[in-house]
Amino acid sequence: MKRVVITGAGTINALGHSVPDTLEAMREGRCGISELEFRDVERLAIKIGGQVRGFEAEGRFNRQQMSLYDRFTQFTLTAAKEAIDQAGLTFHGDLAARSGVVLGTAGGGVSTWDDNYRSVYEDGKNRVHPFVVPKLMNNAAASHVSMEHNLKGPSFTVSTACASSNHAMALAFQMVRSGAAPVMITGGSESMLCFGGVKAWEGLRVMSKDACRPFSANRNGMVQGEGAGVFVFEEYEHARARGAEILCEVAGFAMTSDASDIVMPSKQGAARAMAGALKDAGLNASDVGYINAHGTGTAANDKTECAAVADVFGPHADELMISSTKSMHGHLIGGTGAVELLACIMALRDGIIAPTIGYEEPDPECALDVVPNEAREAKVDVALSNAFAFGGLNAVLALKRI
Amino acid sequence: MSISDRVIAIIAEQAVLEPSDVTPESTLEDLGIDSLGLVECIFAIEEEFDISIPFNANEPEASDFDISNVAAIISGIEKLVAEKV
Repeated sequence: MKRVVITGAGTINALGHSVPDTLEAMREGRCGISELEFRDVERLAIKIGGQVRGFEAEGRFNRQQMSLYDRFTQFTLTAAKEAIDQAGLTFHGDLAARSGVVLGTAGGGVSTWDDNYRSVYEDGKNRVHPFVVPKLMNNAAASHVSMEHNLKGPSFTVSTACASSNHAMALAFQMVRSGAAPVMITGGSESMLCFGGVKAWEGLRVMSKDACRPFSANRNGMVQGEGAGVFVFEEYEHARARGAEILCEVAGFAMTSDASDIVMPSKQGAARAMAGALKDAGLNASDVGYINAHGTGTAANDKTECAAVADVFGPHADELMISSTKSMHGHLIGGTGAVELLACIMALRDGIIAPTIGYEEPDPECALDVVPNEAREAKVDVALSNAFAFGGLNAVLALKRI
Repeated sequence: MSISDRVIAIIAEQAVLEPSDVTPESTLEDLGIDSLGLVECIFAIEEEFDISIPFNANEPEASDFDISNVAAIISGIEKLVAEKV
């Protein structure tokens, strides 16, 4: 089995348009959640989100590209460029033939669906632009990354709701670890912040109207975000041979299914995923210094997740730190695990733990060190990144300092 | 603007050319318009004239709509616009 390392990272989200900007915001505990701005927002009950601001797609992409790129693809291409530039890789010959792209998204081109449904249903038009299908399809982003960077190996999209990115990265990890691919571009993106996208979530009545406060006793729900996180997963010897800067090692993963409820999380499913990731990585529970929580800020998730951590880690649960950066960038749904992986990289590489902001009142059912409100310096050797999706599909990654 | 000028303006925009560079004899291939660009042109023309063009991208040659050059496209559009009234 090969070792797998991360040699490039890219992002765009409500906290920043790049990895350095995002990590700075996380260090400062800045909140990227604010009033939503888009058509018909006044008809929504939920009017806040982690919206990407100041992203001028028109300046980055030409007219033909704009007609083919939904916002989730625009985010993905922007993040992929940053990641691949950092890795310093160009793909040709055998490397191109064997390297691919595995990305996660829950909704794909949601705003393309939304705009065109509006056009045919509300405006009564009977004709849509010819590229509606290639623009909205869930694999559009992965395909455009493969075209843009000449990646000709295995490429596809994974859609497992809020765990999409973690499932995608776990599959990319497996491909590099098994030797099937020397390099995989992976992560995920989401762009659901449009009228239909938020209206659908409103229906569930789990959304907060004011803030995302994970683990805080007065939490009142989740807040949606948008954006992308993309990484270069590379075989360790391949990275070393070319003198690449290594951000951290991906050491293991596990996926489990609750097989119980379509929306309610299960402590056992979450616990089995965390324990499984440690076992796959050959690590002990006591090695873990930091967990990037799924931490949605809903009553159901936070207490179930904390109980699962207590089960897996026993007394060590009180020694480790666990934080939810969704408090800052919102819940990026299918892209969330990818942006949250950045907090794990910051913990391992820079020794800085991103805080859970908006934390106001301790909750006895979430009695862990949730790094409230302020970032902290700490040396961390091993970090976990949790994602627990609707449908009871869980995926946890284990990462190591290098 | 005449139908001809309006069609040429749409084709020119798709080809990223000046309308003066688009002549009746030009073929879409001459103008660098590929199959995706052609479908976009058809869409833009349908929107402009509020007509429905009988064009099937699976078999462009077998369609009732002649796209062999700009003049053929214009005369096809003129016919469809006349039928509409």
